[in-house]
Amino acid sequence: MIILWTDALIYLLLTTAMVSGFFLRNYEGLKRPLNKIAANKSAMVSMIILLFFVAIGLLDSLHFKAEGQRASGIISVLDYCTQPLWQQTEKTYSAPFSAYLYSKAYITQANGFQSWGFPRLKFGGSHLLNPEIEKTADVLIKLIVGLSKGFVFCISWVGLRALCLAKKAGQIRLQVRPGFMGITIIIVVVGLSGIIELSTYYHILGTDKVGEDVFYQTIKSIRTGLVIGSLTTFIMLPLAVVFGILAGFYRGWVDDLIQYSYTTLNSIPSVLLIAASILMVQIYMVNHPELFTNLESRADLRLLFLCLILGVTSWTGLCRMLRAETLKLREMGYVQAAKVLGVRPIGILFQHILPNVMHIILISVVLDFSALVLAEAVLSYINVGVDPSTYSWGNMINGARLEMAREPVVWWPLIAAFVFMFILVLTANLFADAVRDAFDPRRNQHD
Amino acid sequence: MIQYIIRRLMYSIPLLLGVNILTFFLFFVVNTPDDMARMQLGQKHVTEQAVSKWKIDHGYDLPLFINSGKDSFKTITETIFYQKSIKLFVFQFGISDSGRNIGADIKQRMWPSLAVALPALLIGLSVNILAALLMVLFRQSYLEFWGLVACVVIMSISALFYIIGGQFLFSKLLKLVPISGFGSGVDALKFLILPVVISVVSGLGSGGRWYRALFIEEVEKDYVVTARAKGLSETQVLFRHVLGNAMIPILTGVVVVLPLLFMGSLIMESFFSIPGLGSYTIDAINRQDFAIVRSMVFLGSVLYILGLLLTDICYTLVDPRVKLL
Repeated sequence: MIILWTDALIYLLLTTAMVSGFFLRNYEGLKRPLNKIAANKSAMVSMIILLFFVAIGLLDSLHFKAEGQRASGIISVLDYCTQPLWQQTEKTYSAPFSAYLYSKAYITQANGFQSWGFPRLKFGGSHLLNPEIEKTADVLIKLIVGLSKGFVFCISWVGLRALCLAKKAGQIRLQVRPGFMGITIIIVVVGLSGIIELSTYYHILGTDKVGEDVFYQTIKSIRTGLVIGSLTTFIMLPLAVVFGILAGFYRGWVDDLIQYSYTTLNSIPSVLLIAASILMVQIYMVNHPELFTNLESRADLRLLFLCLILGVTSWTGLCRMLRAETLKLREMGYVQAAKVLGVRPIGILFQHILPNVMHIILISVVLDFSALVLAEAVLSYINVGVDPSTYSWGNMINGARLEMAREPVVWWPLIAAFVFMFILVLTANLFADAVRDAFDPRRNQHD
Repeated sequence: MIQYIIRRLMYSIPLLLGVNILTFFLFFVVNTPDDMARMQLGQKHVTEQAVSKWKIDHGYDLPLFINSGKDSFKTITETIFYQKSIKLFVFQFGISDSGRNIGADIKQRMWPSLAVALPALLIGLSVNILAALLMVLFRQSYLEFWGLVACVVIMSISALFYIIGGQFLFSKLLKLVPISGFGSGVDALKFLILPVVISVVSGLGSGGRWYRALFIEEVEKDYVVTARAKGLSETQVLFRHVLGNAMIPILTGVVVVLPLLFMGSLIMESFFSIPGLGSYTIDAINRQDFAIVRSMVFLGSVLYILGLLLTDICYTLVDPRVKLL
């Protein structure tokens, strides 16, 4: 078991979220907005897909040492589950579902002759005797097998649950009607099972320049995207909340100082500030190699630094909003009353101010998430993002630039990164919209 | 008015000083000039002589804040802080690490940046407002619903895909415009079309939603109801009354970014190899030319603060309710 920094923080974040969820489970004020989100179908579908992404990201955040695997010997649980994907590497590019390499080479045939052509892949479609004829049918069969495996799994799961429920109720009732959510989950699980089945026989998204499976790369990139989207807010939140509320509540010189510092930070164009900070971190890492023992922890620390820097540069917006809201709240009757009754300032802050700005914090966290995932790609493109050895959509797109100019075009890494990133960002956006609609009091006047 | 502007200018001095100290701290205290020299000269086998020679060549061989070896004024002026940071205030950017004059480079490169950024901003603004007004005009219909869906989809796609996809489709497959490059005069037009179109399209999602929210808030106000009651058609109401009144937030949102247009767009310029300040910055980041990055950080903040100042002046001009304080 090896705990990288980001792993620890991710699980800390998860525990914090779960603990606060546990304590707030019976809180009246949350029921109406939560019901509103639950009634929003697109939000619920998005949430299920997001949860699958999160599950993959969490699996990829549990690292352990496995001797003989990879150079560094550190693999994650996800790596362990997808061993065939990353162990079966080809020589170079190959198209999705192809059984042949994408470039010509000399092939030595059984009778000793050499010919110039597209060699067969070592793994992709290697179970086929004659790929030209058999492949389409084989892909379809494998897909159907995979889908039905998933379907059987779902049915048996639903059946088991029905049986358990029936036993509890003391009567046999096998009428199970999965609701809207249930159907979505079944569709996702069945689809996933089809993909898993296919990916054990083919490189379903092709291979990249060094012959690594592109599908594996996109899956590994999920963690990077999630880490940047969530850890950055985790780092930014305390700064924004503490400073914003203090500035609004105490006013005077505290307010002046905090306003001055966030205006100063804000006036530096954020990309430049991030670039400058990352450059400095790079120099620091180059000049202190003894602190970064292996490749994994080095890449991981760079990811952490990126989150830190993004967090430090992005707290200003939320801080300003919280300050304005607190300025308004502190003049409210109940805060004034609490003051008159002799409640200490710290008590007022926690009892009256913080719960009443919570919706702003929540909305800004979910809205920022998708923006951060997109920002990672841009930053990686200008070389101030994650470490080049880290799997990320930004790095994939960066590499795809040259591939698009190649003849014939290598389009699959770009499309793969595009599709996965698009799904994540789109679902995050839809979910964020629903959260905003549910929690923003200004949007609730009409219903 | 002039008094107000002078007072606002005075406010920006502490801000600039803050930016200056922050960048100085970032560039010289977190890593010493020795670290930078080693980075520039390559990692291994760097002798002390090579490091000190690099430092002398680039003017980093001075103490950080106080030079106790010199007399009177020179204890302060003969330091890195004075030479490298304070001089930025009078726009003396000095020499880049690769030996070029940064000030001259900036003067030459800001015009191509502007040539891309200004049309992109103006066209983008009008397209966004038009799309938002259409959505508001057909509110609570399928048109608005699908318009909003399209906005969410557009804003969920990374800007990089628009650029790579656009270049591939229009330049490589259809061969309508050159892939990248820049020309002078009318010749530049064919290089500018694609970047401008791409930045307009990629900004449409969030822009359309933002302006729609702005207009939706406005159409429920009393004066709009009055206008409708007078018998004006919905189009007249929207384009004359709503747009007119929403102009204040729109205008102030635009004015603040106007000065920053000189800085250009980092990714756009580097993809289309437009010789503007954006690609200049990217090149500097890739070459790890700290002098340029430092200058650009400072220049960017100056322009942003200028934008804030212009916004405030605009407010007082267009909105008579705002008093000069």
